[in-house]
Amino acid sequence: MYMFKYVVKRLLLALLTLFIILSLCFIFIKLLPLPEVTGSEEYRLLVEMRRRAMGYYEPILVQLFLFWKRILTGFDWGYGEQMYQVQTVTSIIGEKLPATIMVNLYSLLVSIPIGLLLGIFAAVKKNKWQDHTISTLVMVFISVPSFVYAFFVQYLLCAKLNWFPLLANTTGSYFEPAMVYSLIPAILSLAFGTIAGLTRYTRAELSEVLTCDYMLLARTKGLTRRQATIRHALRNAMVVIFPMILGQFMSIMSGSLVIESIFSIPGIGALYVESIGRLDYNFFMAISAFYTAIGLGANLIIDLSYGFIDPRIRMGAR
Amino acid sequence: MNNIDINAIPAEKFELANREGEIHDKKLDTKPVGYLRDATRRFVKNKASIVGMVIIIVLLLFAFIAPLFSQYDVTYTNGFYSNVYPKISTDPIVGFWDGASTEELNTANYYYYRAIEKEGGKKAITKFYGKRTVSTKALNGVVTTETLYKFRLDSYTKLGYKFVDLTAEQYRDLQKYQNETGKRVIYPMQITTAQGTGQVMFNVNDANYWYKTYLTGKNRGEPVLDENGDYIPIYRLTGNDDYDSIRLDGDPGIADPAAENRYRYAQINQTGYRCRVCYYDYFVYLNGYEPLYILGSNSIGQDLLVCLASGTRFSFILALGVAIINLIIGAIYGAIEGYYGGKVDMIMERIVDVLSGVPFMIVAVLFNMHLQQYVGTVGALLFAFVLTGWIGVASTVRMQFYRFKKQEYVLAARTLGARDRRLIVKHIFPNALGTIITSAALFIPSVIFSESMLSFLGIIRFDDVSSGVVSLGTLLSAGQGASNLINYPHLILFPSLVIALLMISFNLFGNGLRDAFNPNLRGTEG
Repeated sequence: MYMFKYVVKRLLLALLTLFIILSLCFIFIKLLPLPEVTGSEEYRLLVEMRRRAMGYYEPILVQLFLFWKRILTGFDWGYGEQMYQVQTVTSIIGEKLPATIMVNLYSLLVSIPIGLLLGIFAAVKKNKWQDHTISTLVMVFISVPSFVYAFFVQYLLCAKLNWFPLLANTTGSYFEPAMVYSLIPAILSLAFGTIAGLTRYTRAELSEVLTCDYMLLARTKGLTRRQATIRHALRNAMVVIFPMILGQFMSIMSGSLVIESIFSIPGIGALYVESIGRLDYNFFMAISAFYTAIGLGANLIIDLSYGFIDPRIRMGAR
Repeated sequence: MNNIDINAIPAEKFELANREGEIHDKKLDTKPVGYLRDATRRFVKNKASIVGMVIIIVLLLFAFIAPLFSQYDVTYTNGFYSNVYPKISTDPIVGFWDGASTEELNTANYYYYRAIEKEGGKKAITKFYGKRTVSTKALNGVVTTETLYKFRLDSYTKLGYKFVDLTAEQYRDLQKYQNETGKRVIYPMQITTAQGTGQVMFNVNDANYWYKTYLTGKNRGEPVLDENGDYIPIYRLTGNDDYDSIRLDGDPGIADPAAENRYRYAQINQTGYRCRVCYYDYFVYLNGYEPLYILGSNSIGQDLLVCLASGTRFSFILALGVAIINLIIGAIYGAIEGYYGGKVDMIMERIVDVLSGVPFMIVAVLFNMHLQQYVGTVGALLFAFVLTGWIGVASTVRMQFYRFKKQEYVLAARTLGARDRRLIVKHIFPNALGTIITSAALFIPSVIFSESMLSFLGIIRFDDVSSGVVSLGTLLSAGQGASNLINYPHLILFPSLVIALLMISFNLFGNGLRDAFNPNLRGTEG
């Protein structure tokens, strides 16, 4: 019951935060002058009429009310004005989302096993040369931003060795081998950082657990080192590692703006950058909301999952 | 063996351990080690953080000192020397850092570049690797063969000759320079319009065609060679050019200066004189030094080295400025939260909750749109970083305050009459100092990363070249793209290397600081 109350409380708080952030964002955008519409005479007239109908010339607070009303009643985020003329923002976002999700999902599927294994290996071999090598590499890989990998991958594997196409080919289905193949450079560039992060985290957690008293007990009662590590240490370390992975899954949807722009993947990040460049406020608003929601949601899930996984942690109990 | 019964040891076996005097506590011989001194000692012991610090110092030196030694300025651009390759010195070893690229081109191109050296002595082709014949079969079955020449092409001298428009004064000065130094800059003009058959420039706008070429047919663009295999010059004769300086070998004007059939060195137009100059030498004449881009140049002919140094400097200054401002705001905010607690803390925490939920990208975009016109791009960026950046510092300070405010020494100070301000500043705050410094040090790389990402994506745009503000992200975005990556990889490799080094070094440094300031880790490093 504590738990339920706590979850509801956190959820409401997150929703309130989202509401405040979006309202502020909306007001700040509406304070800017309306962007000039480009296009044919008819199109300009159409946009002008639509703006009038949607209350663009009302006072800002009235507009804010209309904005929330439209969203809450029909999940209507408006139409593209500068880009994707006449199409709804939600439909375009829905179109772009698969590309982002697939690329990030693939990279996560590659990273999780590798990161976990490296982390476990480093923790088991703590303070030996294997650990030092892995830790040093992790330090380097975690610091270097993903676009630097992207350039090196693009330069070495695509331009010099000609193994992969320079840009992603996203015309087919997302499960087609040819297309997945063309996405490999992007997946790789994303994976380096994730692997390094996961390795460091796993190593830190596991090596802390490995020094616990119950590990000594497990060894004393006759388990081999391997058995003790897998059955006792790893399980307990997972309590902390699993929420992190969960958070990663949540944030794959937000994707990477830079990687998408470098490999020209038509995902949501590219859309966001384009909407900023071309001053399409409806798109900007909707994707900002999307990112904010994902960020808040990931945080919420990470926090809550501790309580669900680990019975020792009782959320909201006094 | 030891067979004494320990339960019944006879009294005479006992003996006083210390007969002389009383026993005092021993005075400590060692000096007391303070918190900061201890942290410094452990920081220095940490190899990784020292490496990080050394890299930071090297980058700092590079950022602030490299521009002083460079002959170029950030605002200097040169359309002719755009995208030239890195060259380590004016007389490099061929094949390594020599400002050249290995090319495989057809006959016309090969002779084109050879002609540059033939006329003025500037080596465009620094090394010749060999030639081969390739046949390609078209779809209609026609087989065409062409000869490909493989050679090392210097990107500085391959420009060859350029037409420049000079005023009468400039023209006189240039001749004077030629006469004084004996260095030839001006070369004779060519025939542009057909006077005899086939004696016409292949491309009127390209000053490098000083020789007779095939104008049509299969050999189009290739030179017509004489019986010795030499180029046949098509210099223009006669006409007034007001030229009284070094003449090209073979110029009939050498033997007879008054002759009417000497080469023509300039064409007089409305504004002055149009001359044909060897651009490399002309550059030396204009600037007093030879063109040399150690890390190459970008598409508008800026020196990449100076750009990188300037971008690094910008990153440093921005990150440091942001870190200091955030530190101050975060420390004050966190101190108030932590010290007063209760309702104040709750309200302030809710504000933090909302702010920390805002994605940085949104803040950056909105601030850029709103504030750019008032405070400029850099100012807007600074505000964006500050809006949410202090949250991390605030929460660490808040935690430290919660930890220390209930301790006895604070209570003692309060009993002695210390006011809130004194308690916060003098008694509790120093305990939080270590964590604050650490979070600031770890904040710096994130600022550098975010800034370069924003400018890379074009969300933040700095003014044109003349403003002198260069960001590493702008350099990266200028270097990206398939053709740049294949032809001019230096444009992207050097900036990304610098960013990578910056990030690694600051992270190493910050982690070292964190470990050093964490007393729990004492003695665990071994």
